[in-house]
Amino acid sequence: MTLIMPAPEPDILSQRDALIERLRAILPAPNLIVDETARRAYECDAFTMYRALPLVVALPETVAQVSAIMALAAEMSIKIVPRGAGTSLSGGSMPLEDGILLGMSKFNRVLEIDYENRCARVQPGVQNLAISRAVEERGFYYAPDPSSQIACSIGGNVAENAGGVHCLKYGLTTNNILGLEVVLMGGEIVRLGGKHLDSEAYDLLGLMTGSEGLLGVVTEVTVRILQKPAVARCLLLGFPSVDAGAHFVGAVIARGVIPGGMEMMDRATIHAVERFQPCGYPLDAEALVIVELDGTQAEVDLLVSVVDAIARAEGATTTKISTNEAERLQFWAGRKNAFPAVSCIQPDYLCMDGTIPRGRLPEVLAGMDAIAKREGLQVANVFHAGDGNLHPLILYDASKEGEMARAEKVGFDILRLCVSVGGVLTGEHGVGVEKRDLMGEMFTETDLEQQMRVKCAFDPMNRLNPGKVFPTLHRCAEFGMMHVSGGAAPFPDLPRF
Amino acid sequence: MDAAIATLDIRDAADAAEAIRAAAARNQPLGVVGAGTKRRLGRHAPSPRELSTRALTGVTLYEPEELVLSARAGTPLRDVLTLLDANGQQLAFEPMDHALLFGGETCAATIGGVIAVNASGPRRIKAGAARDHLLGFHCVTGRGEIVKSGGRVMKNVTGYDLSKLVTGSFGTLALLTEVTLKVLPKAETEQTLLLLGLDETHAVAQLRRASGTSNEVSSFAMLPAGAAPLCRAETVAALRIEGPEVSVATRRDALAAALRDSGARFETLPFAESAAFWAALRDAAPVAGHSGQVWRLSLAPTDGVRALARLRESGAPILAHFYDWAGGLVWLCLEPAADAHAPAVRAAVDAFGGHATLIRASDETRARVEVFHPQPPPLAALSRRVKESFDPAHVLERGRMRAEA
Repeated sequence: MTLIMPAPEPDILSQRDALIERLRAILPAPNLIVDETARRAYECDAFTMYRALPLVVALPETVAQVSAIMALAAEMSIKIVPRGAGTSLSGGSMPLEDGILLGMSKFNRVLEIDYENRCARVQPGVQNLAISRAVEERGFYYAPDPSSQIACSIGGNVAENAGGVHCLKYGLTTNNILGLEVVLMGGEIVRLGGKHLDSEAYDLLGLMTGSEGLLGVVTEVTVRILQKPAVARCLLLGFPSVDAGAHFVGAVIARGVIPGGMEMMDRATIHAVERFQPCGYPLDAEALVIVELDGTQAEVDLLVSVVDAIARAEGATTTKISTNEAERLQFWAGRKNAFPAVSCIQPDYLCMDGTIPRGRLPEVLAGMDAIAKREGLQVANVFHAGDGNLHPLILYDASKEGEMARAEKVGFDILRLCVSVGGVLTGEHGVGVEKRDLMGEMFTETDLEQQMRVKCAFDPMNRLNPGKVFPTLHRCAEFGMMHVSGGAAPFPDLPRF
Repeated sequence: MDAAIATLDIRDAADAAEAIRAAAARNQPLGVVGAGTKRRLGRHAPSPRELSTRALTGVTLYEPEELVLSARAGTPLRDVLTLLDANGQQLAFEPMDHALLFGGETCAATIGGVIAVNASGPRRIKAGAARDHLLGFHCVTGRGEIVKSGGRVMKNVTGYDLSKLVTGSFGTLALLTEVTLKVLPKAETEQTLLLLGLDETHAVAQLRRASGTSNEVSSFAMLPAGAAPLCRAETVAALRIEGPEVSVATRRDALAAALRDSGARFETLPFAESAAFWAALRDAAPVAGHSGQVWRLSLAPTDGVRALARLRESGAPILAHFYDWAGGLVWLCLEPAADAHAPAVRAAVDAFGGHATLIRASDETRARVEVFHPQPPPLAALSRRVKESFDPAHVLERGRMRAEA
C-alpha cells in the first residue's frame, strides 16, 4: 500500500535558497537545520512506515519567531508542518518535502504555576509528565496521562486531544485545559481562553484541541492541575473468556462505579508480557482486567469490595487486590510493558487505535482475529476498557516480502470493523496520514466539506500541514471561502492528489 | 414575545434543509427555537420566521452501561432527565433552568436548547459543562446541508471536534437535529458543608482552599449575607460533597478539619436540603428574585472578588450577587440602565482577564448593548470566518450573538 501525499510544489522547491536566507534573518544559526543529514533526524515521527525529508527544519524559541516564520511562509506560500516531540503514531508530524518542519521542542519552559487558581501556563514543548513533576511538590498533578507521557509534549497532546489510562474519570486534554495561545497561518497571535472557564462566544479552544496541527501552531497552554487523590488501589482480574471480561466491565459501569482506570489485555498479550518480564499475570486467563479505584481511603476500600463482588459474580478466575502502593505499581508493570513485550513475538507491529462501544468488544476481537488470520498474521490486544479505545497490535516481519502491506490491510479492515459497530477510526492517536484515506468510512462528502470549510476559516491557502487528516485537497475558493477577483483565484495551480 | 413571528415546525432534517436553503436563496433570516425558554438570552434580534424543533422528539439511543444517550433536539429535557433518573444516571453538567430568571414553566427546555446555550450548573467546575458531554450531533447548517460530527464514544479524535463549536453557539452555526451525550451515574448521596460568618474575600478564599484538597468537592459557592435561597444574616460559603454515603461523611469531616482555621462556623446541609440548595444556585436564585439587569462574569477564581470590588468602586449599583466555581463565576444583578452598565462591567473584567455576558435585560437593551464579551479584532475576525464557514449568508439567528454590520 502506498501513501500518496500532495506532490511537492515546484514553486516552493525553487524558492528554497530564498527561504533559507529569509529564515536566517529570523532564527540564529543553530535553530535552522539545512544540511541533509541533519534534516534526516526529522524525516518521520513514531509512525515510521513513511518518511520524507523536510525542506528545512526551523526550531524557534520565541512566539515572535513563530509568528515571523508563519508570516513568511504565508508570504512565500510555503507549507508548514508543526512538530512537538515527534511521538505521533499516525504521522501527524511527518514532514513534507516542500514544507518547513516547525519543531517546537525549544519551547520547553513551565512559565507559571498558579496553585491558587489550580492551573499552570506551560510552553508546548514541555513533556506531559514534566508538568505533573513540576507541581508534585504540593501534591498536584496534570491528569491526562497518555502512555507516551515520558516523551510526548503537551502541545502534541493538544493537537491530538490525548487521553490516557485515567481519562474515563478525569477526561481528555480538551477537558483539562483552560487556554491556548495560538499563532495562525499568516502570523497572527490569538489567545483562546485563559485561567477562566467557558468561552466568551464560540468555543474555539475546544475546536483547536484535536485539530492535529491543521488550524494553528500552539505556543502556550494553560492546563488545569488537580490535587492527587488520597489513595489508589488496584484489582488484577483474570477471566475465562473475553465475553466474561467485557461483561464485567459493563457491570461495573452499570453499578454506577466510574473507576480511575480500567484496562484489558488478551491472552496473547498476557503471555507476551509474562515472557518479557514476569509479573504474576494469570496465564490461564483469556482476558486480564486491571481496575484502578482512587479517592479517599474509605471510598476506595468500599469500591474495591464492590468491584471485587462484581468480578466474582462475572466468573473471574483470578482476583488479586493491591494492599499497598508497591503492589499497585506491580499490577501495572505488566500493562506498561505490553508494547515492548509484544514486539518480542515478531520484529514489527502496527499499533491501531479504534474506539468501539464497550459492549461490542467480544465480537470485535473475534472479527479482528479473523481479519488477521486471512492475511496470515496475528493480533495481540490492549484495550482501554473504560472508554472503549482499542489498541490492536498487528504483528508482522517487515523483512518478509509483502508482510508490511498485509499488516496495513489488516489495520484498515480493523478500523472499518470498528466503525461498522458504531465506533470511530481513532480514539487518541489522531488521523494524521495513517487513517486519512478511511475518513470516508465515517463521514459523507458533505460532512468532510464542512470540516474543510472550517479549516479554510483558519488557513485559506491550505499551507498548514496539508495532506493530513482529509483525503482530498480542496481549494478554499471552491467553497466560496476566498475572494476570487476577475475570475482568477490566487495560485490557480494548486495541485491535488 | 414577538407576536409577528411565523413558526415552521420541522419534522426531520430534510424539512430543515429545505427551509434553510430557501431562506438563504432569498436572504431571509431564520430563528431556531425549541420550547422557547432561551428567547430572552443573547442579543434581541428576532427573525420574522423561525424553525421549531418541537416536533423533532424522541430518545433514539440509550445504553446505560455504555454511558451514552442520543435524542432528537426537540426532546423535552424533562423526559431525558426522567429516563436517566430511572436508571440512576444523570447529565453531570446539571443544565441551568432559566425559568427563575425569565419566568415561565420550570424544566420546560428541549435538549437541543440546552446544548445551544451550553446551559450548565455549579458542578461544571468538576464535571465539565454541556460542551464536555456532547459526544456527537447531527445538524443542518446555515447552507441547508445535513451534516454530522463526532460519534457515540468518548475517545474520538476523528476530524475536528465540532461538538465543542456548536455547543453554546446559539443556533448561529447550525440547527441541531440530534445530539449524543455522555451520561454518568448519579451520586448515591450528597451533603453540603457550610462555612458561615466570614467576610466575603475570606469566604471565597476558603472555596479555593477546598478546591486544593483531595476531598473531591464538586461545587464551590459563596452567598453574601441575606442572599436566597438560605437568606442567612451572614455570608455562606458552600461546598458540595457527593458520592457513597460512607465516603461523603468522612470527606465532609476531613474538609471541615482542613478549614477549621478559617474561623468560620460550620453547618451541614443533609441530602435533600443540599440538592435543593444547589438546584437553586444552578438557576441563579440569589440574583433572579431581584428585578434588575443580570450579568454573568467568568474569571480566574482569585479574580472574581477583585472584579466585583472594582465594579463597586466604579459606582455601579449592585442589587445582588453571588459566587460560584470557587470564585471564578460571578452572578450580578444591577439596577437597570440604558447601557446595562456594560462599560463598567467589562472594564472590571478586562482588568483581570475573563469575560462578561449580559444574561437578563429588556429587549431594547439587548438590541443595543453587546451581550457577549467583545473580542480583540483578530479573534473577532476569526470567529466571523468560522461562522461563515457554516452559514455564509447569515441566515441562522442573524444578529443573535454579534450585531450584524
